[in-house]
Amino acid sequence: MKVLVAVKRVIDYNVKIRVKADHSDVDLTNVKMAMNPFCEIAVEEAVRLKEKGIASEIVAVTVGPKAAQEQLRTALALGADRAIHVATDERVESLAVAKLLKRVADEEQPQLVILGKQAIDTDNNQTGQMLAALTGWGQGTFASKVDVKDGTVDVTREIDGGLQTVALKLPAVVTTDLRLNEPRYAKLPDIMKAKKKPLDTKTPEELGVDIASKVTQLQVETPAERKGGIKVGSVDELVDKLKNEAKVIS
Amino acid sequence: MSILVIAEHHNGQLAESTAHVVAAAQAIGGDIEILVAGESVAGVAESAAKLTGVSKVRVADDGVYAHQLAEPTAELIAGLADDYSHVLAAASTQGKNVMPRVAALKDVAALSEVIGVESPDTFLRPIYAGNAIATVQSSDALKVITVRTTAFDAVDATGSAEVESVNATVENTLSQFVSEELASSDRPELGSARVVVSGGRGMGNGENFKLLDGIADKLGAAIGASRAAVDAGFVPNDMQVGQTGKIVAPELYIAVGISGAIQHLAGMKDAKVIVAINKDEEAPIFQVADYGLVGDLFEVLPELESKL
Repeated sequence: MKVLVAVKRVIDYNVKIRVKADHSDVDLTNVKMAMNPFCEIAVEEAVRLKEKGIASEIVAVTVGPKAAQEQLRTALALGADRAIHVATDERVESLAVAKLLKRVADEEQPQLVILGKQAIDTDNNQTGQMLAALTGWGQGTFASKVDVKDGTVDVTREIDGGLQTVALKLPAVVTTDLRLNEPRYAKLPDIMKAKKKPLDTKTPEELGVDIASKVTQLQVETPAERKGGIKVGSVDELVDKLKNEAKVIS
Repeated sequence: MSILVIAEHHNGQLAESTAHVVAAAQAIGGDIEILVAGESVAGVAESAAKLTGVSKVRVADDGVYAHQLAEPTAELIAGLADDYSHVLAAASTQGKNVMPRVAALKDVAALSEVIGVESPDTFLRPIYAGNAIATVQSSDALKVITVRTTAFDAVDATGSAEVESVNATVENTLSQFVSEELASSDRPELGSARVVVSGGRGMGNGENFKLLDGIADKLGAAIGASRAAVDAGFVPNDMQVGQTGKIVAPELYIAVGISGAIQHLAGMKDAKVIVAINKDEEAPIFQVADYGLVGDLFEVLPELESKL
């Protein structure tokens, strides 16, 4: 079966972000960018499905500026067979990304779409669920285990109290949680080979999707700083401070 | 303006989170109704009807809503949504699973993890692991929102709303519940505990987490963990505090053997008082801690327990 994997280019998770002086957004000039960590897990899962002989072809897709092709090349180096870049320099919100992915899914007819559970920039946690709604497919969000069967997929999900397993009719949408797998690193020969793999570019217009959003980001602020704390010298002093100064224990 | 709050419930009990979401609905302002969807949920509806400020509780009691799977639940909510200007749910795994699906079915944006209400169409939400706060305005006719419950104080239970049943039939051919494996705990729920004691990689192994039990018992605290401790297999993942785990904002957060990585801080830096116990005095956790104690946790924890 064919697997479609969506990946996103985001700020590297180790970077300490800065808000722009005019408070319009976070400053992304000259910061290190990378594939969203949850998307790496999605790619890894697709590659493992191929290694098990379950997936026959893996198509990686991204929505974003030209530079996002780097992340597609990474996905290709990790084992994706070909890539689709939906090119736009606009800010694209989750609903529009889901609509674009729906169009790609219409064309590609995958049996399984794997996405990360959330991107670490917007922290939305929406796109996979929205894609499932638009395609009319079942959704297995926050997956920690994916077990493809004949015509269905069992997805074990990380929920607040523990784990829940659901069976979804294929085709279906799965979003990855951290414990699904440990992503591999791309090897140098694979990185070289990835440069020769097919990468198609499309535009939102070609796909017939209006990406204008009804949500406007009015302002971005740095959160209130916590006041500098103190170091205490002993357990006695700590207990005394908590009782008499902070008054959080009695 | 009417607001629909989606009740969260487990095992026939209304979850504490729902009272926080009602508080967020009050901040938006308007007539507040609650939807209880599930199987055998009369008791949940009764509890929901007592929440202050709620005018009506609508109950969809049917086997198809058992385990509140996303596909039928979202279809039910989308079918009712035209009566409302806002649909709100807690930003729990349940709310996050269902609400974006509802939004897409209604062709509107979803606003995740809202922490503040500026006006009925303008909201505050954290981005970049809580390292920036965005003010966002939605011009959609319907606002679909998940609420970070720790940002709103729960409403009381002084109300007596009317309860009516919803006559909507939804079929689900897409998904089936298979099984559930829930962690059992007698302690307060991590998301709503007044005190949280968390352990990190510095705990060394799962057995050592028992060192936190006595302190948690004395303080009535929930026990949490960093991702490092979960990934090392010390404790199950539902104990994880952080960007990818639970967001907590207790009165007191005690971080033991936790270095304080960005993704962990995103889950706890809104605690009122933070205490850090770590042997590395350079650990970033000390930059956010109100009280830091540099020392070996294996010496500090037993002493702390005996002195509480």
